[in-house]
Amino acid sequence: MSIFIDENTKVVVQGIGSQGTFHAKRNQDYGTKVVAGVHPKKGGTTWEGLDVPVFGTVEEAVTETGANTSMVMVPAPFTKDAILEAHAAGVQTIVAITEGVPVHDMTEVYDTVVRRGGARLLGPNCPGLISPGKSNVGIIPADIPTAGNVGLVSRSGTLTYQIMHELAQAGIGISTCVGIGGDPVIGTQFLDVIQAFASDPDTHAIAFVGEIGGAEEQLAGKWIRDNIPDTPVVGYIAGFEAPEGKQMGHAGAIVKEGGEGGESAAEKKEILESYGIAVAMNPSEAAQLMIDRLGR
Amino acid sequence: MDLVEFQGKQLFGRNGVPVPPPGTACRTVEEAVAAAEGYLGGGADAVMVKAQVKTGGRGKAGGVKYAPSIDAVREHAEAIIGLDIKGHTVNVVYIEPASDIAEEYYLSVMHDRVNKGHLVICSKEGGVEIEEVNRTNPEAVVKRQLTPNETADGLPLETARAIIDEARFPDDVAADAADLLVALFDAYRNEDATLAEINPLIKTGSAPGADPSGAGRVIALDAKVTLDGNAAFRHDGYDEWKIDGIDADDPLEAEAKSKGIQYVKLDGSVGVLGNGAGLVMATLDVVAQNGGRAANFLDVGGGASADAMAESLGLVLKDPAVKSVFINIFGGITRGEEVANGIIEATERLGEFPQKLVVRLDGTNAEEGRRILNEADLPSVVAAATMQEAATTAVQLASEA
Repeated sequence: MSIFIDENTKVVVQGIGSQGTFHAKRNQDYGTKVVAGVHPKKGGTTWEGLDVPVFGTVEEAVTETGANTSMVMVPAPFTKDAILEAHAAGVQTIVAITEGVPVHDMTEVYDTVVRRGGARLLGPNCPGLISPGKSNVGIIPADIPTAGNVGLVSRSGTLTYQIMHELAQAGIGISTCVGIGGDPVIGTQFLDVIQAFASDPDTHAIAFVGEIGGAEEQLAGKWIRDNIPDTPVVGYIAGFEAPEGKQMGHAGAIVKEGGEGGESAAEKKEILESYGIAVAMNPSEAAQLMIDRLGR
Repeated sequence: MDLVEFQGKQLFGRNGVPVPPPGTACRTVEEAVAAAEGYLGGGADAVMVKAQVKTGGRGKAGGVKYAPSIDAVREHAEAIIGLDIKGHTVNVVYIEPASDIAEEYYLSVMHDRVNKGHLVICSKEGGVEIEEVNRTNPEAVVKRQLTPNETADGLPLETARAIIDEARFPDDVAADAADLLVALFDAYRNEDATLAEINPLIKTGSAPGADPSGAGRVIALDAKVTLDGNAAFRHDGYDEWKIDGIDADDPLEAEAKSKGIQYVKLDGSVGVLGNGAGLVMATLDVVAQNGGRAANFLDVGGGASADAMAESLGLVLKDPAVKSVFINIFGGITRGEEVANGIIEATERLGEFPQKLVVRLDGTNAEEGRRILNEADLPSVVAAATMQEAATTAVQLASEA
């Protein structure tokens, strides 16, 4: 098994420009069932390169193709409306890759789609997710991981690829790798993903990669201690060297000046360790800790 | 994007938040004196000389002074212009007619990351740091979480009144304070702010000539506003707030910003660039764990093309503190050989420079990439296989340079 996406995932893509086409094609080549594209002015045409229909609305795409997952790759100014449209059309899993969505837009989207709507929203500003051998939705390079039993969840893209790569080289495969995104307001939190991993019979161990800012890592850590203390869990927090008040690339990667604490990498590490979770000082060490835990 | 006080007051004012009569932003002592002469000659008893920097604690640092005479204005402006407040150099002072303060309160609206909504904080204990009030007298601080659904048409007046009542504002100002809170929420939302803070919010006193608008009014005597850079597209790029040299960003950070490069200046000697914010943050960590300090954070982004690489590397090398550079690339969709060719082309374009580049390539086709780099035999490039190895080398090179 895997979480969130598998061989039954049928993807409709919102945003079929050059980036959307490039990545949707990669996803399709991997074996993902990409069933439709959506473009308000190109309904009724065929998506060149992918050979699937383009619809004017998500609703039509869902009705005609049975799409159950949307990949959102429209530019930031249109992302709020695209996510709301997918949700209104009944799409249960929405993966928003787009970077640079305003905080107020996402706050509204979160309230409508996740808090009150109960849908699964991943991102925005995320690389998507992959269940190796089954489905790849987003921009994660599919040739890195092999299928296996480690669940991986992360706020960062390349850092995740790094850890996945080192695990693959040690012969350790992945059940699902989920990039939750680097923005301050994202649809799916660490805790949501870790809870899903905990109820997935094929996920036997969990690696999670956090970074400075916010307090979601601690929430997940506390839940792990209280609910799945025997599952091997390894963590890494990026940004030990990040100064207060400076945004480190990701919109959400900032230790608030004069804040209530708990946002720095050192504080997060200390709190997670107090919950009995091994936290590495760098990505290679995280992979090594997992390798050691699994006795490879 | 942070605004300085006088910009924050402009933003408040146009959204209906009562603010003092406008003052003047001045870059020199002469300008400050001229502005003050106007106010003092026009009936004001005194003016305030206020440092315009994007950091808190200005008062404690000597950056906010009361000036009842031109001599005092001159003295304070001389002391404040050029003053360093928590690493921010004061280039601009704001001269405004002094308000007579009867009472000081606190009010803010901010984005609430934990609850993914809005947070209003309100206290009748203002004029000091709210964190301090929270520590010493927590029952005096009212915090109210709000969801977007509750505030679809703005902050309802009855909610604002309930918050003000709970904070036990005096009866004579409660109604005005509630109206002000509704306007503050509008400012926060209309302008795509993530923070709109007033400390102190004051009730004006009755000293003659101090405030031409009279006593008993509730006005924002200070303004701290953070705007969401991601929302700049619907506010004309926030160009109206970009004023040169107000509170100077690091010049390299300013240049990076203008080129759309994610760059943060740090205080070490190892220049760092990589692809992906998380990976770059991890690179800073590994440099420190190997006894060095990074000179900067720079994310070249996904593709790591020759163009992006040349521009980014050029920026890193401009920093005189940089003694060696650690290029950390994980090849994903962009394969190792493309990355290697990008680096080679970038170094050729940049011409000669004294620093060594330690290049660590991993991921898809990394071996092929390293082979290409080794064959190119560039005098400035040292190839490394792991982050650890690259960090050790880069730190050593920086200490030897």
